[in-house]
Order: sequence, then structure tokens, then C-alpha cells
Amino acid sequence: MTAGELAQPSTAGGGDAGSGVVGIVHLYPTLMGTYGDGGNVLVLARRARARGLDVRLAVVGPGEPAPEDGDLYVLGGGEDASQVAAARELRASGVLARAVERGAAVFAVCAGLQVLGRDFEVSGGAVEPGLGLLDATTRRREPRAVGEVLAEPVNGLPLLTGYENHGGGTELGPAARALARVVAGVGNGGGASGDGLEGAIQGRVVATYLHGPVLARNPEFADWLLELALLAATERTGADGAGCGRLAPLDTPFVAELRAEREAYARSGKLSAESARTRR
Amino acid sequence: MPVRAGVTIPTLLSPERRSVEFRARAAALGPVRESGGAEAPHHGPWSGVFRFCEVIGAVDSPRSAARGRTSSALAAGARPWQARGVPDQTLPLRSRTAIAAGRAVAAASRALGRGRGQVIGGRVMLRVDPQLLARLAAGMEVTAVSATNGKSTTTRMIAEALATRAPVAHNRTGANMAPGVATALAESRAAPFAAIEVDEAHLPAVAAATHASQLVLMNLTRDQLDRGSEVKMLADRWRRMAETLTPATEVVANADDPMVVWAAAAAPRVTWVGCGQWWTLDSALCPRCGAPLARPASGWACPACGFARPETLWFISHDADRIVTPAGPVTPRLVLPGRFNVGNAAIALAAVNARGISLDAALEAFSQVSDVDGRYVRASAHGREARLLLGKNPASWTEMMGVVSDSAALLVTVLNARGADGRDPSWIWDVGFEEWAGRPVWVAGERRFDLAVRLDTAGLDVVGVSADPLAALELAAPDQALDVVANYTAFQELRARLVSK
Repeated sequence: MTAGELAQPSTAGGGDAGSGVVGIVHLYPTLMGTYGDGGNVLVLARRARARGLDVRLAVVGPGEPAPEDGDLYVLGGGEDASQVAAARELRASGVLARAVERGAAVFAVCAGLQVLGRDFEVSGGAVEPGLGLLDATTRRREPRAVGEVLAEPVNGLPLLTGYENHGGGTELGPAARALARVVAGVGNGGGASGDGLEGAIQGRVVATYLHGPVLARNPEFADWLLELALLAATERTGADGAGCGRLAPLDTPFVAELRAEREAYARSGKLSAESARTRR
Repeated sequence: MPVRAGVTIPTLLSPERRSVEFRARAAALGPVRESGGAEAPHHGPWSGVFRFCEVIGAVDSPRSAARGRTSSALAAGARPWQARGVPDQTLPLRSRTAIAAGRAVAAASRALGRGRGQVIGGRVMLRVDPQLLARLAAGMEVTAVSATNGKSTTTRMIAEALATRAPVAHNRTGANMAPGVATALAESRAAPFAAIEVDEAHLPAVAAATHASQLVLMNLTRDQLDRGSEVKMLADRWRRMAETLTPATEVVANADDPMVVWAAAAAPRVTWVGCGQWWTLDSALCPRCGAPLARPASGWACPACGFARPETLWFISHDADRIVTPAGPVTPRLVLPGRFNVGNAAIALAAVNARGISLDAALEAFSQVSDVDGRYVRASAHGREARLLLGKNPASWTEMMGVVSDSAALLVTVLNARGADGRDPSWIWDVGFEEWAGRPVWVAGERRFDLAVRLDTAGLDVVGVSADPLAALELAAPDQALDVVANYTAFQELRARLVSK
């Protein structure tokens, strides 16, 4: 992480009731950030500050205790060994389970999604227990899913655009619902031929397979996560709810061009040809 | 074919000097100790150092035996490569046909303006004679160089230094898989030395096919992740290769990169060089046991299993202004910018020194290198001067930030995401562009909008966006110098357009 503001554990959220303070906890960027997912935190922090919110950011390294009073915990993607290390550390500390219990939001990408589920299989066939915060199980799938993705969110957000790169297929159980329906690409890849679903939502736990980073390409999605975090902050501090509701729109230069370009690309025939070449 | 008649080639090293050198090195490694100890040339004490002494100690015997063999062969032959040199006529007909066919296809490719022809020509050669690499390399001392970043520059330094002694086969245009290597070896059949850069994923196959007697291993970081080449997978592949090596092959390896050490430590004969690691995000975990690595000031160590940075007799000084060698510190006089190029020079120096090139001769040769296949070249277009820099992944972009940070030039950044670049450019979010907040930047390339969003988020002032990077030169103030940092295919295209060949 390049952000220099390392809040001490237990002060991520602060106690400033009702003053628009939001505590973001970036979990293990050195382990779980292989595909630029650290950018999600940069985007969240920037969009929150642009709305005058006071962002307290905690960056947690392996072996360090995570703050207990965060409002939004963020976990990125990573390679097998990193993923297993992160899962074991989070299970041992129990910090995410406690955070979810008291209403904090969690956002995870790719291997992070798998870690939040009931269990996941790594290459070699070993099945590792997850955190059980999402009703989801992940098994290896062939071929590896690599390429551009377009998906229609179930909650009315604009089309999601991103890039997937994963060897796991995730099946959702009844307690979780999908974040979006796949328009192009693979997504969760659950079931024998893929179930056409992308990501997962369970309470305030939100996860996706999309990199890009996904929040840089989908600013409205980032704002929705911030709104969940503000809701959690309000409940945590017992404030009157002044910080809740919808965030004001924010113009983000170059994002419209980027989204149009990626959407056109994903809808074109290029996608299937490229996927055929890169998947193996 | 060029003839070597009249070329006098002195012995590499006398048996006495070799033996003295070896004793000095063995003494420096010291007996197995409970800690690195005050005698350690580079480090403070931390757990794990002595484990490496054990590893190295265990292979001392076969290593000295191998050196003995090499030394006596050198002493007896004086020109070992001439004794083993294979004139073209002794190549099987199939190989000669392969080379002729490959050359014809390469020439046709060049005539059609399709490129430089090395790859397609080499492909034809290997199709006609699949054993060609081994046959061509049979008379050569092959040094194979691999890394995610710096392999072209380091190979170039090694080739320049070896060339002060004898002709060198060198894939200088960066065609670094088997076909490109075949072309380079075929073009310099008479050369006693070969200095070849090899793609990380192709190193095991090419090193085996060419019977490389020296492998230079520098760094492994994230690059082209969409191809499934995760860093640890590559390190494991290198390690399996190292396990098959005999002491006849010297591995020269960067002690500062844990992934490289994990691979190289499996080889029976290793010269460790501390040539730096500034990008650590891909070696956060111990490659041996998976625990988070500690980063003490002196290097890296695993608190869980003791796997740690080996001690080095070759390393770059803290300020990267000097290279410490077993014979004392020397000052590199590089034209090439950046501390990472001092690291490249350090490992090149250790490699060519083992081939018998003196430190002075090698450093002099390194100082002649001013550009590497277009990297660092100052080119002109529209009356403005642009310096071309290659930033192809987070580690090399981070290195380039150091090179341009003091420059008053307008920064132009160019991003593509074709197959050779990796189709997922999200790695730009791993680069700490926030350091440049407030700086004006021009953004170009096929994925300019990804880059513009990234740089805007980092707080840079995006002053222009264009598909074609040359638009920046056209529109800049007449006396404005530019630093152009481009990723792989964007760089190749710019070089082809701006640099006369």
C-alpha cells in the first residue's frame, strides 16, 4: 500500500459519532493484492474524501492484529499460498466474524471471495476451510477462467465491468445471493457448465471475482459499498443517521470512456477468441 | 564464416589462481556458526545465516572437484573452445539445412517488412532440426540470463565484457525463447562464448538444450499474470531445473530476491550476488514454508523456518554507487541510469569474472553501454527530444519512477495490453504513482483510459490523452524535453518509429 496513514488497531473507526467518519480496514495487501486489488481501497478512500467524509484507513500486514472497530473490511485476490495463509490467520483471529456480527461491511475479490466462503479447494486438491461468512463453496474448475467480464447487478447498479482470472468455481448456497448475472465471461463458474452468476451478497458481506480493479471501473459500486460502510459506522457510533442515505454523485474523469471501451470490447467477438487463446 | 586464425586467447585463469580464489571464498564462508557473526561481510547476525553455510558447505567437495577438472582442462588446452570447436562442416546435413532454411525465411520476413526475422527464422530452424540448439551450443561456453526485469541489459553487459576477449553469440534484440536463441547461435557459429537472455518460463528447456555452463538468475516478480505464470510457480520451475544441475554449471544468483534464492539454492554450485530488490510485494511469504518473511535491514529471513538471505561476497553498496567484490569495492561508471542498473552490473561483473574477465576490463565494457535495444535512447520527433524508457510491470515501473523523478521533462506514459504485455493491465494500481501527485503527465496507448483513471486517482495532473504517444511530442512546447515510459508492445512500436536501425 502506498497510503501513508496507518491507523493504530482499535482506532480505525474513531469515536466521532455522527461526524461522517468511516473506518476502512485493508487486510493483508502484501498477501492478497496480486491483481492490483489494492486500487479498490485507493478508490474508496478518494471517493469518500471527495464527499467530505473523514476516512480512517488501517492497513494490516500478516501477523498484525486487525482493528475491531472498522466499518468496511477489504480483502483482495492472491495466489494459493497467500490465500491459505490469509484464511488461516483470519480464522484464528476471528476478527471478521466479530465485525460481521456487529454489522460491519466486508468486500472481497477473487481469492478473497473464496476465503469468505465455507471452504475452498487449492491446486493439488486440498480443501481448506474458509470463514463461513458467505454460503459458498469453491472447487477447482477447468479451464481456468481468464478474460473480460460484463455482468448485470441484481441490485440496480450500472453494468459491472472487470477482468477475471481464477481457477476456482464457486457455488452459492441458499443463504447467499449473487451480486450480478453474467453478460460476458464466466463469473462464479459454479455448476458443471457455469451457472451464469457473478459474485455474492449475504447481509453486508459483498464479494466478486472481478479485478480491474473493479471499483476503479465501477464507481457506483464503490459508492454503494461506502454507503454500506456509513450505515455500519452510524450503527457503531449510535449516531442519528446523519451520515446515511445516498452519496451525492461524483464526476470521475476518464471513467465513462474507460467503461464504454471495455463494454464494447467485451461485447465484441474479440472476447471469445482471446479467451480461447489464453485459457488452458 | 569468420575465421579465428590469429586471434590469441589467453587462459581464463591459471589453476593456481583458481585454487587460491576458491580457498579465499571457502574461508570467507567460514565454519558453521551459531550466528552470522561479526565476520560476516555484509550482514548483522540473524537466525538462518548459518543454515546457508551448511548448505554451501555440503556442496564444497563436489564443487572443488569440478573446479579441479575445469582448471586442468583449461591448463592443458589453453584454448578449450578451439579444441572443442566444431566447424560448420561437421554439423549434420539436417542442421545445415535447418540453418539455411531459417536464414532464407528470416530474410524474406525482413524484406516484407514483417520485423527482424529472428523469431520466424529460428522457428523454421528448430522445425527442421529439433536438436539444433544442442548442436550449435556444443562448441560454446553458454551463459544464460533470466529474470522478470533487467535480463536484456545484464545480458548486454555480459556480452560486451566477454567480447573484449573473444567473439560472443548474443540475442541482442531480445528474442529470448528457443527460436531467437537458435538464430543468435547460428549467426555466430565461431564464437567461443554465448550470452543469451532467456524468458523466465523457457529457461529450464533452453538451459538444458544449450548445456549452459553458467546461469544468471536475477529476480522474479509479477508480470503477465493472465498467462497463469504466478511468481511462485516460476520459482518452483526454476528450482526443479536447479535440482538437475551438476557442479559443471555455475549458478550466479541474486541473494536479495527470496524467490530466486529458493530456486538457486537447489543447485550444487552457486555464486551469490546481492544486487538488490526494490519490489518486495511478490516475496512477502517464505517460499519454503509459506510464513510471512521478515525484512531486517540486512536483507530477509523467515522467522518460522530459518530460510534466509545467503551471505554474499559480491553486493552493491547501500547507496548503489559502488559494487563490493571479493577483491574490494569498485565504482561502476555506467551511462545507464538507476540503481537497478548498478545491480545488473554487479551480477554481470560476478558472471564475467568467473569467465576470466578482469574487473577493470568488465567495468570498462559496461561503461560503453548507453542503450539496450532502444531502452534509454534519446530520440527526436517533431523537433522535440524524447528519452525512451521501458516500464513493463510494477517492478520495472517502480524502477523507472526513480529514473525520471529528478527530470524536468514532461512525463509521457504509454500503456497497451496485448498478448505480450499481459491482457490485464490492473497491475498499474500496484505502482505507487501517488509519489508523483501534482505532476503533469500525458497519457497514451491502447489502454490510455485505464492509465488515465489510475493517474488521476493518484493525484497527477493529466494534461493530455491520445491514442498515439507521438501526439504528445507534436503538441508539447518546442523546447520541451520528454520522458516516455511505455510498456512492452508500446515501447517496441515507439522504438521502431523513432529509432533508426
